[in-house]
Amino acid sequence: MTPLQRPPPLPWRMAAHAAVIAAVGFALYPVLWVVSLALDGAQRPSGRALPWPVAPSLDHFRAVLFAHSREGTWLFARQLTNSIVVSAMTALTAIAIATPAAYALARFPKFVGAQSGTKALLATQMFPGVASAIPLYILLDKLHLLDTQLGLILVYATTAVPFAIFQLRGAFESIPKDLEEAAMVDGATRLQAFVRVVLPAARPALAVTALFAFMSAWNEFILAATFLSHESAFTLPVALQRHVGEYDAAWGRFAAGSIIVSLPVMALFYALQKNLVGGLTSGGVKG
Amino acid sequence: MWQRGYHRAVSSLSLRGIRKTLGANAILKGIDLEVPDGSLTVLVGPSGCGKSTLLRTIAGLESPDTGVITLGDRDVTRAEPRDRDIAMVFQSYALYPHLTVRENLAFGLRLRKEPEKLIRARIEEVSAMLGLDTLLDRLPRDMSGGQRQRVAMGRAIARRPKLFLFDEPLSNLDAALRNQVRVEIKKLHATLGATMIYVTHDQVEAMTLADQLVVLSAGTIEQNGPPLTVYAQPVSRFVAEFLGSPSMNFLEATVAKDTRTLRAEGLSLTLDPARFVSLKPDQRVLVGLRPHDVQPALDGPAMLTLAIDVVEAMGFEAFAHGHVAGSHFIARLSSEAHALPKPGDTLGLTLADDRVYLFDPESRRSLARSVP
Repeated sequence: MTPLQRPPPLPWRMAAHAAVIAAVGFALYPVLWVVSLALDGAQRPSGRALPWPVAPSLDHFRAVLFAHSREGTWLFARQLTNSIVVSAMTALTAIAIATPAAYALARFPKFVGAQSGTKALLATQMFPGVASAIPLYILLDKLHLLDTQLGLILVYATTAVPFAIFQLRGAFESIPKDLEEAAMVDGATRLQAFVRVVLPAARPALAVTALFAFMSAWNEFILAATFLSHESAFTLPVALQRHVGEYDAAWGRFAAGSIIVSLPVMALFYALQKNLVGGLTSGGVKG
Repeated sequence: MWQRGYHRAVSSLSLRGIRKTLGANAILKGIDLEVPDGSLTVLVGPSGCGKSTLLRTIAGLESPDTGVITLGDRDVTRAEPRDRDIAMVFQSYALYPHLTVRENLAFGLRLRKEPEKLIRARIEEVSAMLGLDTLLDRLPRDMSGGQRQRVAMGRAIARRPKLFLFDEPLSNLDAALRNQVRVEIKKLHATLGATMIYVTHDQVEAMTLADQLVVLSAGTIEQNGPPLTVYAQPVSRFVAEFLGSPSMNFLEATVAKDTRTLRAEGLSLTLDPARFVSLKPDQRVLVGLRPHDVQPALDGPAMLTLAIDVVEAMGFEAFAHGHVAGSHFIARLSSEAHALPKPGDTLGLTLADDRVYLFDPESRRSLARSVP
């Protein structure tokens, strides 16, 4: 674009803005409805076109946050802990296993099994997780891992690891080899070069990959609903679904719960946005 | 401040029969080279000649298929890069992107667990020497190309290695900066008195920097010696063409019956027979003439006739591009001496000081008697 280029005429710009606003409205409308439902004290969804609560109240949030089981366990705290532990451990496991694997595939792409291994990893990504729900259920049952955090972490990690490997392999490939070689000439072993130079340079990619693993575990419902049967073992998505039962659909509580569940993800995105955007490798080598 | 010869350990390098094959390609085909202690040796050649691979082999980043590398009095052929006590300046600079300039300079020293006091002293020394004082807390991404290049050199110097390796360190700088840094590297070498090996494809860098010039071609050393000797006595057409700008002109000619006159269309040259191996009548030869060694025949008979296509006036000199005997030919003219010729003109040229080079058209080797 040349600096002399004139801005487009006013009607054009107004039309463009109108189109963008319409698109944003289209995307946000259902979300606004959920917010409105969560804040509405009325028992039934009002059915109005405008997403605005009829009788504003925080009752639904209170109901979700302070629900207790028959034995007196504070369910929300318990289920939140479950979700956090399972998601964080899934992310950690994925990163811990995928990082060395991805580095090996990026830097030594010719070792025995590299090609076929990569294809096998790709194949695992082609099946929907539900397809293996029954065999996994039997496995977890035999291992006495049903209704446990560990069982869920293992299941989630099996899908998170291959995805993380593909993500990180690309990241490592984009880090110039010169950096490691410079470190090795400077006195580092290959491992030191990896830990002290490559890993810091890959930090944004590691953060994004961890975030994706965390989010997919945090939001996962079907497998969790299959393997968990005790209220105190539930993760939040399962707990959420129980508000909408066969005979009674508490949409208000469901909506309030949805908002509570999405808050941590939004917070994580906000905290990591610098890494999502910034490229830490810039400046190390030319260009 | 720095004393000349700060590193008293002998740091000569010796390569014996270095061979390296990558896949089906023979990259290095038996390299023998002595790099004397304290010298600046320049490896020069076109892309793909193996100069970078040779440098990486010396660094330990590649390992040779056969051959022996001796640094000082130690065989380092199979030693890890970190155990060779060398420093390398990469073409891409390869600065650690997450570390400040200060930490980039300190990186190698920290890995070697040097005391903090010594690290601080070295950083001060190096940043004073290269003018990095005001940049110490910056990250590489916040610096210009020239500044990054300095940091890369500083990182090498801070370590005080036995041997410095430079892999085309100036190729990412603009022309003005390149000239400036080239002079600085020359000064740095004088100050440090360290052994340095410098890889470039730029013949100006090669000529101006080298104590010892090594011309590589297709994985072998074509010629090796002091730069002016290599320039004046090239062993082959390859070396003759590679050094000098603009390149040497080449014409096909035939030896006359008297065995000392060369003839071709638009060319008639009489040689000093003492300078060449004996020539036979009717022998085909390749005549090499540098653009700087010809001059307009103002008051004598012309030895060659140049049909001019283009004249490039540079100010204090000019280059006339054209043809002699069907071959492309460039002649340097001093602009102030006479009015410059125009395209379409023909210009009679003579030789300054009998500077003729002869090559065998088949083997392309020099036919000079005194070739080293």
